[in-house]
Amino acid sequence: MKLDTTGLESALPLFGANCQMVDGFTAAPAFELPTTLDFDGFQKEAIQMVKPAKGTTTLAFIFKEGVMVAADSRASMGGYISSQSVKKIIEINPYMLGTMAGGAADCQFWHRNLGIKCRLHELANKRRISVTGASKLLANILYSYRGMGLSVGTMIAGWDETGPGLYYVDSEGGRLKGPRFSVGSGSPYAYGVLDSGYRYDMSIEEAAELARRAIYHATFRDGASGGVASVYHVGPNGWKKLSGDDVGELHYKYYPVTPSTVEQEMVEVSAA
Amino acid sequence: MSRFSPYDNNGGSCVAIAGADYCVIASDTRMSTGYNILTRDHSKIYKLADKCILASSGFQADMKALQKLLAARHLIYQHQHNKQMSCPAMGQLLSNTLYYKRFFPYYTFNVLGGLDNEGKGCVYTYDAVGSYERVGYSAQGSGSVLIMPFLDNQLKSPSPLLLPAQDAVTPLSQSEAIDLVKTCFASATERDIHTGDNLEIVVLNAGGIHREFMPLRRD
Repeated sequence: MKLDTTGLESALPLFGANCQMVDGFTAAPAFELPTTLDFDGFQKEAIQMVKPAKGTTTLAFIFKEGVMVAADSRASMGGYISSQSVKKIIEINPYMLGTMAGGAADCQFWHRNLGIKCRLHELANKRRISVTGASKLLANILYSYRGMGLSVGTMIAGWDETGPGLYYVDSEGGRLKGPRFSVGSGSPYAYGVLDSGYRYDMSIEEAAELARRAIYHATFRDGASGGVASVYHVGPNGWKKLSGDDVGELHYKYYPVTPSTVEQEMVEVSAA
Repeated sequence: MSRFSPYDNNGGSCVAIAGADYCVIASDTRMSTGYNILTRDHSKIYKLADKCILASSGFQADMKALQKLLAARHLIYQHQHNKQMSCPAMGQLLSNTLYYKRFFPYYTFNVLGGLDNEGKGCVYTYDAVGSYERVGYSAQGSGSVLIMPFLDNQLKSPSPLLLPAQDAVTPLSQSEAIDLVKTCFASATERDIHTGDNLEIVVLNAGGIHREFMPLRRD
């Protein structure tokens, strides 16, 4: 099986021209693979240890003014919330965003790698890479690691010469182009709100509010989603973060506590 | 017939707290395997650079290997760039180093503490395969589930994802942060069998590195 390890090779050798020294460092870093036939079963506890946090809600949709991308920020390891402030919207470059769902390390590493590849494409071709091209690069890398336990469910959103672009890419090797996606354990809830409120010709504020509400509702019903709902907009000049709201506070914004009329007030009784 | 496992968990907890101009990194010094204590004074804290300290709990053999690798990479960096690595740079290097062993991971749960380029405290917290984020405080290891809720209660720092952005470092003074850390470990020692013996605290600030110890329960 030919693994795509181009992502791991650095452009310059560590020691420059003089490569006689420590041999172990000049070799391009490649993944150490265990010498066994059963990849997925190897060290089942180790796999449990890196159990991917699929508990998440991310969504993205294309509309008249570009692409709206939103996500929660909770990372869970089993039943324990390991973090409430995970950056699930990854800034690949100033005009492309990627979302994170699945294994946090997998998404972080491969999105950063994708950013490097996109920059190299710019330098080699003197023009920006398209969203189609970027998502294909990522999908091909993930396909070559298919079956080895990577867990990535990501959306690549950007704006290129053809306008707004949105692709869904996952670690099974799937790559889909579409106008609306939501990924993660909270996605059914987010889809409900998103699909019913979606119109192509929304303003940026309306679209941001729709995205925010969809994430809020998903965090309300899904225990594995929560934290801060971040909303980004990708326009012709690149992406811009529109809002980051704590979902606990969003709840009281959407459902404020109405003070009820008190019929009989309780009076403090002195301890006598 | 149970298969050979190359991993073991040597227990222990690590904590780091970032302040406005300091960083406190602490860990207990007990090394255990199963129900046995192997030693009571094994340090989990390692100085990677002048402004960068690594604390790792988990499998100590992997921790040793990781420390050696990072120290070697830091030396190469110093030769090539004629300066020490900054804490954010080391943070990224650690993440990549962990991810290179994605299919045979280092069984270490790391916390990296230090000062960033502006002199503010910074703490990076990692999982076993390299996913990381910069936070105001973190606990890792067997006692982390006991310590983190307490730190959340005392230090609840606003999420760095909020917009408008709010500062993540704690407003506590250095001595208050050290007292807080001592309290954390005293409590964690009560309820976690793998945490105890001695507490090693390292404080990093503009004046340099300062190390102190505090005895913990040995039972």
